[in-house]
Amino acid sequence: MTDAIVETHDLGRDFRVRDGLRRRTVVAVDRLSVAITPGEAVGYIGANGAGKSTTIKMLAGILVPTRGSITTCGLRPVPDRRRLAHELGVVFGQRSQLWWDLPVRESFRILAAIHTLTPAAERSRTDELVDRLELAEFLGTPVRQLSLGQRMRAEVAAALLHSPRLVVLDEPTIGLDVLSKQRLREFLVAERHTHGTTLLLTTHDMGDVERLCDRILLVDRGSLVFDGTLAGLSRTVGAERIMVVDLAAPVGDLVDVPETRHLGSEGSGMRQRLAFDPEATTAALVLAAVSERAEVLDLAIEEPDVEEVVRRVYAARR
Amino acid sequence: MRTYLRLLVAGFRRQSTYRLAALGGLVANTTFGLLKVALLFAAVDAAGGELSGYDAGEMSAYIWISQGLLGSVNLFGRTDMAARIKDGDVAVDFLRPVDVHLASVTTEVGRSVFALLPRGLPSVLIGALVVGMSLPDGPAAYALGAVSVLLGIVVSATTVYLVAVAGFWLVETRGLEILYMVVSGFFAGLFVPIRLFPDWLHATASATPFPSMMMYPVDVLSGRVDGAAALGLVGLQLLWLAATLGAGQLATRAGRRRLEVQGG
Repeated sequence: MTDAIVETHDLGRDFRVRDGLRRRTVVAVDRLSVAITPGEAVGYIGANGAGKSTTIKMLAGILVPTRGSITTCGLRPVPDRRRLAHELGVVFGQRSQLWWDLPVRESFRILAAIHTLTPAAERSRTDELVDRLELAEFLGTPVRQLSLGQRMRAEVAAALLHSPRLVVLDEPTIGLDVLSKQRLREFLVAERHTHGTTLLLTTHDMGDVERLCDRILLVDRGSLVFDGTLAGLSRTVGAERIMVVDLAAPVGDLVDVPETRHLGSEGSGMRQRLAFDPEATTAALVLAAVSERAEVLDLAIEEPDVEEVVRRVYAARR
Repeated sequence: MRTYLRLLVAGFRRQSTYRLAALGGLVANTTFGLLKVALLFAAVDAAGGELSGYDAGEMSAYIWISQGLLGSVNLFGRTDMAARIKDGDVAVDFLRPVDVHLASVTTEVGRSVFALLPRGLPSVLIGALVVGMSLPDGPAAYALGAVSVLLGIVVSATTVYLVAVAGFWLVETRGLEILYMVVSGFFAGLFVPIRLFPDWLHATASATPFPSMMMYPVDVLSGRVDGAAALGLVGLQLLWLAATLGAGQLATRAGRRRLEVQGG
C-alpha cells in the first residue's frame, strides 16, 4: 500500500540499558504494524514507557529501528531524513525548536530560510499562523521571556511554518492551563480542516484525544493492543456510559430501570445518575424506561473517561 | 546557501544580545593582555631585545591580536552542540532539512565573527594605543590577515565540534572538554608564541590544528610572517579545515546511528 502517509511493518526497537553491572536489552517497541491514511487524526496513547516517543522518533528518522520497516510520507526516514523534514512537522512538548535568545519573529525567519520558503509563502504562512495562534502580542519578545502557554503556541507555529503534510505532536499540551489547551486544540482542528493535515499525537491528556482524534492507537509495553475509535475502545473493555436525567418532580431512586445501575440522586431525586452498558441496552431504551416512571426535563450522557478505559485495558492484559 | 547564511546571521545576532558579557570579556582580555605585556616584554628585554625572532613591537602585536581573538576562537572546548547532544535537543536539529554538522559550525562562526566587534577590534586598538605594536605594511597583508583570522575562527569551530560529537558515544564530554582546554590554549599559542617552544614541542604543536586557530592568524595579521611564508600558513589552515570538516561529517553520520535521545 503506497497511499498511507505512515506505514510500519513489524517495526521494533531495542535499547541496551545498564542494570547494575550487567547490561540488558529493553524492547521499547515490538512488532508494530500500522498504516495511517492522509488526513486522519490519530491519538497514540499508552502509559509512560509504552514506546510512544520511540515510535515517533523512528518515524521522524531520529532513531534507527532495530527491526522491521517504516515509511513516512513515502520516504525512508533515516536515509531520506532531509527530504522528509520538508513534509513533516514535529512538536515536542518538552523540547524547544525556537532560538532561546532571539525574538520569536527571528526564529520564524530562520526556519523559513531553513525550509527555503519563498518570501511570499513565508509572509502569508507567518501571517496565518500569527493570526490563528494569536502570536502578535509577543512576536518581538525573546523566547526565553515567554510564558509556557505562549511558548507552546510559538512552538506549534514553528513546527507548522513549512506547511507539513504530517504533523506529529508529542505531548503538546503538557503543563498548559485549560484555556491554552482549548486554544491549541481549536487551532489544530482548524489547521486540519483548511489544509487536510494529518495529525498524530501522543498524549496523556484525554481531552486531547476526545476533542482531536478520530482514531486511537493504544500501545502497551511496546505492542499495539488496540486500533480503532474511542467508542470502540470503550466497548472492548465494556466501559459504562452514564445517563444523567433531570426530572420534573422529586422521585424515589430509580433502582428498577432494566440493564442499568443507579449511581446516585441529588435534590431529593430531581437529578439521578444511571450507569448502563452500551452492549446490553441503548440510551433510547433507558430513556424510555425512565420516562415511564417520571417526567424527564433534560438529560445528558457522560462518555467513559478515557483514562479509565486505558486502565481497564492494561488491567485485563496483566 | 541562503539557509546557512541565515544561520550565520542567527549566530551573530544571538551573540549580539549579550552586550554586558562582551564588555566583561573585553575587560578580562585587556587585563590579561597587560599581564602578558609585563611578562613577555621582560623576557624579550632579558634576551637582549629579541626573543626567538620577536622584538618588542612584534611581541606586542602577538599579545593584543591573540587576546582579541580569544572571544572568537573557542579554546574552552565547551559548545552548544555538546549540551544539545547530552540533553537530547539534538533530536530537533535532525528534524530540519539541513546538514546538522554544517548548521552547527555556521552558527558558531556567526557568533565568533560578532565577537570580533566588541572584543577583537577594541583589544587590538587598546594595545596599539597604550603599548604600541608593529603592524603589517600594505592592504594586501591586511587582506591576507583577515582571511587568516576568518579561517582560524572556522577551524576552531570545526575542531571543537569534534569534541561535541564525541558525546554521541561518551554522553558526558566534560573530561574531554577540560583536556581540550588545556591542550588547545597551549598549542594555539595563547600563553606564549609557539616559536618559543623547544623544537620537539614546537613540532608537536605544529602537528595539531591548534596553531591554525590563533598562532598562524596572529603571525599573518601582524606581518611577522609575510609573502610566500604567509601564504604557506594560510594553506596549512585550509588543510586543517578540510581535515576537521571531513572528520566532522564522518563522526556526525556515525554518531547519528548511535543516537539514543535522552529521555522523553
